[in-house]
Amino acid sequence: MKKIVKYVIIDILRNKIVLAYTGFLLLLSFSIFNLEDNSAKGLLSLLNIILIIVPLVSILFSSIYVYNSAEFLELLVSQPLKRRTIWLSIFLGLACSLSFAFFIGVGIPVLIYELTGTGITMLVVGLLLSVIFVAIAMLATVKTRDKAKGIGVSILLWLYFSLLFDGLVLFLLFQFADYPLEKAMIGISAFNPIDLSRILVLLKMDVSALMGYTGAIFKDFFGTTAGLVISLMVLILWIVIPAWLSTRKFNRKDL
Amino acid sequence: MIIANNINKQFGKLKALDNVSITCNKGECIALIGPNGSGKTTFIKCILGMVVCDSGFITFNGKNILHNWQYRADIGYMPQIGRYPDNMTIGQVLDMMKDIRNKKDEQLDKDLINQFGLDKLLDKRMRTLSGGTRQKVSASLAFLFNPDVLILDEPTAGLDPVSSEILKAKIIAEKAKGKLIMITSHVLSELDDLVTQVIFMQEGKLCFHKSISELRTDTGEEKLSKAIASVMLKN
Repeated sequence: MKKIVKYVIIDILRNKIVLAYTGFLLLLSFSIFNLEDNSAKGLLSLLNIILIIVPLVSILFSSIYVYNSAEFLELLVSQPLKRRTIWLSIFLGLACSLSFAFFIGVGIPVLIYELTGTGITMLVVGLLLSVIFVAIAMLATVKTRDKAKGIGVSILLWLYFSLLFDGLVLFLLFQFADYPLEKAMIGISAFNPIDLSRILVLLKMDVSALMGYTGAIFKDFFGTTAGLVISLMVLILWIVIPAWLSTRKFNRKDL
Repeated sequence: MIIANNINKQFGKLKALDNVSITCNKGECIALIGPNGSGKTTFIKCILGMVVCDSGFITFNGKNILHNWQYRADIGYMPQIGRYPDNMTIGQVLDMMKDIRNKKDEQLDKDLINQFGLDKLLDKRMRTLSGGTRQKVSASLAFLFNPDVLILDEPTAGLDPVSSEILKAKIIAEKAKGKLIMITSHVLSELDDLVTQVIFMQEGKLCFHKSISELRTDTGEEKLSKAIASVMLKN
């Protein structure tokens, strides 16, 4: 397993996209922290950009990478290796390199300018999001054989998680405005890792007052240690379930 | 050594393999023959576990290959179209395979690498290679680890005459060591001095599995190409 992860990481480093991504994040974070005189405000701006960019880059890069290594997969499958090992090694290689890129690109500036609970929460959430979207991308690619279709599915999934889901939730809220939906919202937010991450970080920032009554309910739940642990568990489930499903599918796939 | 039992495989509407049962023993050199799309490559991929069959089972040395992976250490496989990671050099691909198979340098069979002159091309990237050179890499990899079973899918397609003679000589040498060799090819004249058994497939069905002497007496033809032609005409 270690060996294949090593080859995957070498291969990813060689195509330089991840290096460019790291450089871009680094530039972005430093410029935001330098533009704002209040670094807490800088963190908020950074959060909004990260919640868009990190999932997009993770899901797109991973799905394109998996499609491009079809030959590599074929070669490995005919060798004395478990299919699960091969698939999980590719997952680990992608997850490690993308979260490492995030850690260098965003982690270092945050540790320099905003070494607070909020900053750390944002780092953890960003790392988890990187891995979550690698897992989702791998599930999308293992299900679709055609490259163009698979990448299209990945883009749609990203669109769904970053934009469409919020739209649907708003629609639901307006339709059922007469009912007390505040508690249900906590449950619904678990269905979107990006929203869950946003809520986790925003609540740490004490801007929950801006979110009205729902914000207060959220604060009640996510503000407690139990709520925090539960939401981190949910994020980890977002990694484990897609990774498990895609491994199962890959085990039976014809190459 | 390899026993396939009632293998069925369907790709969508196409029945790629239809109730195929084959037994292969040590020391045999088997030719898998059949028209294009008759399921030869699919059958080979089933043996390697690259394609999972819908029903039926395959055993390798008495063990079911389903959920088993160690058995592939005893197989050298040369694919029809060798596809390798574009960014790697020949040397890196060879090193990676050695690393994955965990073999020491002394146990390796580097004859083909040297005879094909690949040792001088180790720094070339896979993407820059011609089809024939890729075939040479595939062949060298199949023989590199001294496996007990060699599965060669159209080994000489795309090779120049000199290289294909080198490969044939190597196959004969390995056959003499008592290994099981399975070859698919459309160049039947090439198989004459190699094979001991013939498996003929058509539209996913196994037509016959005979030793070459049996086939010769049945058809009255000395040359394999003519014998197969007469069988196909009879059908």
